[in-house]
Amino acid sequence: MKPSTLKQILLITDGCSNRGEDPAAVAALANAQHITVNVIGILEEGHTEHSLSLDEVENIAKAGGGVSQLIYKQALTETVQMVTKQAMTQTIEGVVNRELKQILGPGNTLDDLPPEKRGDVLEVVEEISETANLEVLILVDTSASMHHKLPVVKEALIDLSISMNARLGNNKFAILGFPGKRDPAVKVMEWTERLENVSSVFPKLATGGVTPTGPALREAIHEFSRQSLPKRTDGISEYEEFGS
Amino acid sequence: MKNSAADLHAGIRLTGKWHNGNYPLIRKLGSGAIGTVYLTKRNGVDAALKISEKRTSMTMEMNVLQSLKKVQGHFLGPCLFDTDDYVSPSGQLYTFYVMEYIQGSRLDTYIKAKGVEWLPVLLLSLLEDLDYLHQAGWVFGDLKLDNLVVSENPVRLRWVDVGGTTQLGRAIKEYTEFYDRGHWGMGSRKAEPTYDLFALAMTALEIMNGGRFPKGDTPKSTIRKALSRADKLRPILEKALSGKYTTATAMKQDLVKHLMKNKAPASAATPSRVAKSNRRKAGLGECVVLSFYGIACYVLYLLQ
Ligand SMILES: Nc1ncnc2c1ncn2[C@@H]1O[C@H](COP(=O)(O)OP(=O)(O)OP(=O)(O)O)[C@@H](O)[C@H]1O
Repeated sequence: MKPSTLKQILLITDGCSNRGEDPAAVAALANAQHITVNVIGILEEGHTEHSLSLDEVENIAKAGGGVSQLIYKQALTETVQMVTKQAMTQTIEGVVNRELKQILGPGNTLDDLPPEKRGDVLEVVEEISETANLEVLILVDTSASMHHKLPVVKEALIDLSISMNARLGNNKFAILGFPGKRDPAVKVMEWTERLENVSSVFPKLATGGVTPTGPALREAIHEFSRQSLPKRTDGISEYEEFGS
Repeated sequence: MKNSAADLHAGIRLTGKWHNGNYPLIRKLGSGAIGTVYLTKRNGVDAALKISEKRTSMTMEMNVLQSLKKVQGHFLGPCLFDTDDYVSPSGQLYTFYVMEYIQGSRLDTYIKAKGVEWLPVLLLSLLEDLDYLHQAGWVFGDLKLDNLVVSENPVRLRWVDVGGTTQLGRAIKEYTEFYDRGHWGMGSRKAEPTYDLFALAMTALEIMNGGRFPKGDTPKSTIRKALSRADKLRPILEKALSGKYTTATAMKQDLVKHLMKNKAPASAATPSRVAKSNRRKAGLGECVVLSFYGIACYVLYLLQ
């Protein structure tokens, strides 16, 4: 079996888009190219009025065929990996469902099968999500308001790599920050299998209130065609022993 | 879970869409991230019914319970009786399954009532079950206080909630940070026997420290501090935490040695079970894989 590749963009932001094209439209464009767009919106602690709109977050993810969550920063670690996994399952299930309709006739989805049969199908879904290759482009809002949230973002990304590297399939991650000085987005980390290296990045933070989410998403889509990657080197244990 | 509060509550009866089983929801036993568990009756006998709107997660749990059923000669996890869907009067679709009701008290409540010397004794029975589970090709995954029940007659520590149960070698499906070695920077999230033994040791530490403790800036020294409360169990827990026990049996043997030493120092001989040849999981098996092989291939093709 030739391994397949799931492509995702994970947008992490704490503000509304206020520059350039409609991010939902760009997300739809991504989805049409089999790239899923997930969005995590970080809410500001103690603020009753949010700079972030639930609608925008939901609309981008919906158009991008992905998953969205609005959360406070403490829940970020948990959310990042949940959203990533959920989107993988959703994508695969979507394809399997379409396939089922072809075999069983129109109007047949997983819900139209008794639980026993559904279990068989989901076993396949699970198998694929364990073995498929995964490419995640993380698009992080690095505007000034994100400043005190970036350490948490870093930790969440390291945790994501622990979860994803436990799978049988290969992973590749890259990070873009937005806005850039001149461009809508800048490369923060090249495509790599080791997201743990994130500790050394996130150097510069932009200032000012520009949030060009749409154009930044467009940059993110381009990254998928630009990448060229080395093979995975396996079998290295990166955990030291405990104690003594 | 928007609708479940209105749709589901103790006192109602529900009928399965596919198999027409009729079950009363007698009393709520507990609820979690995935669903709610009720006490029910099946053929006049107490049973537990778990119900949720989360179709995918529920179906995966059913798959696991179904597979564990096929591990012969040993009860691993609650026995599965029925799986079905329920359409509520408001039109909401739920998935539910009916399983053996495991009656008992929470492990920490039990220890508080009976004394901490019961802890290693109870761990023995669990380690035996874990070893069977691992040999059958599974790792429990989400091992934690909430998922452990002390059942009486005979006294035995048993697990409920197989939501995290994962095939050996894959990525752990579901975990809770405090018990997860990845969270503590002390190992991967690959499903290996050592993963369960780490979580089990953390459970013991939680009980002996009177609760969970935060990771802090230096996770390892946090754990070292917690270990200092573990008294005589310390060396065993330390080995489990650092992944030095590659099988549940190895940890069990050390525990037996420790327990025997307490009573009569001379008889440290341990009853060791002859290692069985690695029984393959006869899981949802070959036929499934074959019948859906076509779909799988096509999906892989589409995902390109
Ligand atoms: N077979 C059973 N017999 C008796 N009690 C049970 C049984 N299964 C579950 N329970 C009770 O119901 C509670 C919730 O069940 P369970 O843990 O399966 O739900 P969950 O949604 O998967 O929770 P979690 O968030 O822990 O994954 C359990 O903690 C336990 O107290």
